[in-house]
Amino acid sequence: MHVNLTLVIQMAVFAVLIWFTMKFVWPMILGPMQERERRIAQGLAAADKGEEELERARASAESILREARERAGVIVDQAQRSATEILDQARSAATHEGQRLVAAAQEQIELDAARAKEQLRQQVGAIAVAAAAKLLDREIDARAHEALLSEFAAQL
Amino acid sequence: MAAAKPQIGGYILEHLTFLTNKPQTTLVNFTVIDYDTVFFSVLLAVLFAGSFYWVARRASGSVKSAPRGFQSFVEMIVEWVDAQVRDVYHGTNRLIAPLALTIFCWVYLFNFMDLVPVDLLPDLAKTVGLAHLKVVPSTDLNGVFGLSLTVFVLMIFYSIKVKGPLGFLGELTLHPFSSKNKLVQALFVPVNFILESVTLIARPVSLALRLFGNIFAGEMIFVLLALLTLEHGYAGLASVSGWGLMLLQALLTFVWGVFHLLIITIQAFIFMVLTIVYLAMAHEHH
Repeated sequence: MHVNLTLVIQMAVFAVLIWFTMKFVWPMILGPMQERERRIAQGLAAADKGEEELERARASAESILREARERAGVIVDQAQRSATEILDQARSAATHEGQRLVAAAQEQIELDAARAKEQLRQQVGAIAVAAAAKLLDREIDARAHEALLSEFAAQL
Repeated sequence: MAAAKPQIGGYILEHLTFLTNKPQTTLVNFTVIDYDTVFFSVLLAVLFAGSFYWVARRASGSVKSAPRGFQSFVEMIVEWVDAQVRDVYHGTNRLIAPLALTIFCWVYLFNFMDLVPVDLLPDLAKTVGLAHLKVVPSTDLNGVFGLSLTVFVLMIFYSIKVKGPLGFLGELTLHPFSSKNKLVQALFVPVNFILESVTLIARPVSLALRLFGNIFAGEMIFVLLALLTLEHGYAGLASVSGWGLMLLQALLTFVWGVFHLLIITIQAFIFMVLTIVYLAMAHEHH
């Protein structure tokens, strides 16, 4: 139990130590710590923001996709409708063409038949004249009996 | 046993004697120096300042990378001290936090010297011819008062700086008793002055003696535990009771060491917190 010069030395050493800590230790440790804290806070805020943006982007992507899907549906519907239309048109055109062809063929047939009848009639007339001439053993003046012949032909 | 008594007394006395330039006979003598206290105080100051400065230099460049190892440890202490200061003091004085850090670390290191085996360093000192060595600066009154008086000077300095000389005097004389009557107030002034002065002076004294008492007592327990096997020395290992005593000593020293580890931390913490509180009070207006 004594007090001596050590006390004064101790106070001096303490004062120097406080000064040193205050000048070279405290700010140089706490400063970077606070700076790091600030950076971490910024990073977290940026991460939050990024997440939010991602969420927003995802939502907009979804809406764009939905829209695209709807548009695709509309396009497919239209395509189907026009395909049906084209098919119908083609079918009706084919039907018309077929009918037309059938009609033309019938006409041709009728024409041919009429022509054949005409020929037949003429031939029959000729044969009948020839037969009559043979029967009468003389020439029939075609001109003289034309009225008779044509009446005959008309009766065939 | 009768012959052993002076040995025990001498052993204890040896552990209470400082390494001085000359024997001190009076309570106060400013021509005497405790070399051991000065040596270990400066050594520990260099250890603290050096290691923290090393971290501080590295830390300033490592904002981007995560701290690790010793740097994390130092940052943990700094952050903790900073929180303690913020809890109590809300001003802008840039001295208080570094002061608190210095006190906590330095006092902790002082106290930690108590956990070095009591005879290790004194015996080593004897081999180089030093008769005495007290390794714990906080068991030296000069050591603890050196801290508390510096804190006291800072308290007075900031009280006067913040409140002005008149404000400081008013704080000493106008509380706790006050009256609107001028005459009564004049009578209260000396009473207040005595009360407030005692309060003021009690602060550094209690600050120093609390630390001193705790650490001194702790050291004394270690010394007393060392006495268990002192009489027999290595010869004690020849008997069963000698082994028993040695094991008992080892066990008790370990248990007390663990408990003392708590005490030295708490004492360093108390010294730091009270310093913060006192300096915060010095900044407050009443």
